[in-house]
Amino acid sequence: MENISISLKVNGVQYKKFVEPRLLLSDFLRHELDLTGTHVGCEHGVCGSCTILLDGEAVRSCLIFAAQADGCELTTVEGLAQNGKLHPLQEAFREAHGLQCGYCTPGFLMTLIPFLKENPNPNEAEIRDALSGNLCRCTGYQNIVKAVGVYAGKQGNKETGKQVST
Amino acid sequence: MKPPSFQYHAPHNLDEALSLLTQHGSDAKVLAGGQSLVPMMNFRVAQPAILIDINRIKELAYIKDGNDGLRIGAMTRQRTIERDATIAKRAPLLHETVPHIAHPQIRNRGTIGGSVAHADPAAELPTIMLTLNAKLLAKSQKGERWIEAKDFFVGLFTTALEPDELLAEIQIPDLPARSGYAFEEVARRHGDYAMMGAAATMTLDESGKCKDVRLVFLSVGETPLLSSSAAQVLIGNKPTPELIQSAAANTDITPSSNIHASERYRKHLANVLGKRVLTKAYQRAQGAEKTTKN
Repeated sequence: MENISISLKVNGVQYKKFVEPRLLLSDFLRHELDLTGTHVGCEHGVCGSCTILLDGEAVRSCLIFAAQADGCELTTVEGLAQNGKLHPLQEAFREAHGLQCGYCTPGFLMTLIPFLKENPNPNEAEIRDALSGNLCRCTGYQNIVKAVGVYAGKQGNKETGKQVST
Repeated sequence: MKPPSFQYHAPHNLDEALSLLTQHGSDAKVLAGGQSLVPMMNFRVAQPAILIDINRIKELAYIKDGNDGLRIGAMTRQRTIERDATIAKRAPLLHETVPHIAHPQIRNRGTIGGSVAHADPAAELPTIMLTLNAKLLAKSQKGERWIEAKDFFVGLFTTALEPDELLAEIQIPDLPARSGYAFEEVARRHGDYAMMGAAATMTLDESGKCKDVRLVFLSVGETPLLSSSAAQVLIGNKPTPELIQSAAANTDITPSSNIHASERYRKHLANVLGKRVLTKAYQRAQGAEKTTKN
C-alpha cells in the first residue's frame, strides 16, 4: 500500500509527512522527526520507555501506528523544557538523582506529567502505583519516587514532599 | 521486530467499517485500542493483510442507561470506564476489575470491546463478561444479533463473531437485590498478566441463604471458566466459611503449567482466590441487604 499523508502537531510544531501504514509512532518520532528522546525498549507495551502524551494522555508510542496520529497533538520529552530551561519535574529528577543511564527517564517524565496534574499531592503508594508501568534497570526506583516528592514539595505540596524525602 | 506491511483503512463511521469487513472478511483485523493486537503484530505473531482502524468512529464510545442494565459502546476506553461514576454505582464488579488491567498507559488506549473481542484467556474483561452474564452486540451489513457471554468465548483468542461482524456494544445487566461481587488476581509484578484470577457474584434470598452464585476464573484454559461445582455446593445453603472453603476447594478447573507458574501452584491460587472472592461477595451481599432494609 502506498504511503499515507498525516498531519499532526508535536510539541507545538505542526508537521505533514507521508508514512507507511506499518510505521510505529515511536519510530516516526525518532526517525522522521529526529526526536530521539522517546526511547524504544520492549515494543510490546510493558517497559514504558516509549511513553509520550497523545492529546494529553500518557500512551505507548510503540503500540500506535503513526498513521493513527493524524490530526493529533503529541508531547514528547523534548517538549518539557522551555527556552532552554528544564521543566521543574526534570530539575527535581536531577536534584534527587532520579536517573543513572537515563534510558527510562523520558518515559517516567511523560507518565508523571498528566498524573501529577490530576494528583498534585500523591502519597508514596499512589506514586508507585502510577509508575508501575515504567521499568528502570539502574536506580531501584527509590530516587525516582523521591524526585516526585521533591517536585511536589516545590509546587507547595508539602505532604508528599515530607513523605518521600527519607 | 517491526510489523510487516498491511493495507490500512480508517473508516469514519460504522457503515463504512461494516462495508470494509464485508469486503475483506477474515483477511482483515479490526484495530481498536491496539494494546493487544499491536504487540502481536510487532512480534509478527499476527500478520493481518488489512487493518481496519475504528478509532475514528466516535459513535461507538458511550455509556448509556439501558432498561435493566448499562449499555457500553465497544470503543469506550478502559480508563473512561475506570473513572465513570455510573459504572462505579451500577456495575461495581467492572469498576473493581478495570484497575487491574495492565497499566494506566495501556488503559488510556485499550477499549472494553477490543479486549472482549480479542478473547485472551488471561484478560480480565472477558472473565467479567461471563461472570455478569453480559450480552454482546454483533453488527454486520446483514443486520445485528445479541450473543450471550456464555456463547461468545469459543476458544483461544476466538469468539463467536463472524468475519464480517463487529462487536459494537456490551450490555451489562444490573445485579439483583441482595447481591455481592468481588474480583482478585495474582500477578508476579503489578500490572503483569495474572497467573490466576477469580471473579464472583452472589445473590442471597430473604432468609440469607445463597440463591445464586457465579465463580469464574481467568488464566485456567482457553476461555474464562465458570465453576459449576461452586454453585452446586452453595445454592440453597447459608454461605458459612466452611461451605465457602469447600466450594473453593472443589472447583472443577484444570490449569496447566507454564513458565510463570506450575499447575500445582495455580490450583492452589484458584483455591485461595476462589475463597477470597466468594467470601467478599457474600459480605457485600449481606451489606447490600442491610442498605435495602434501611
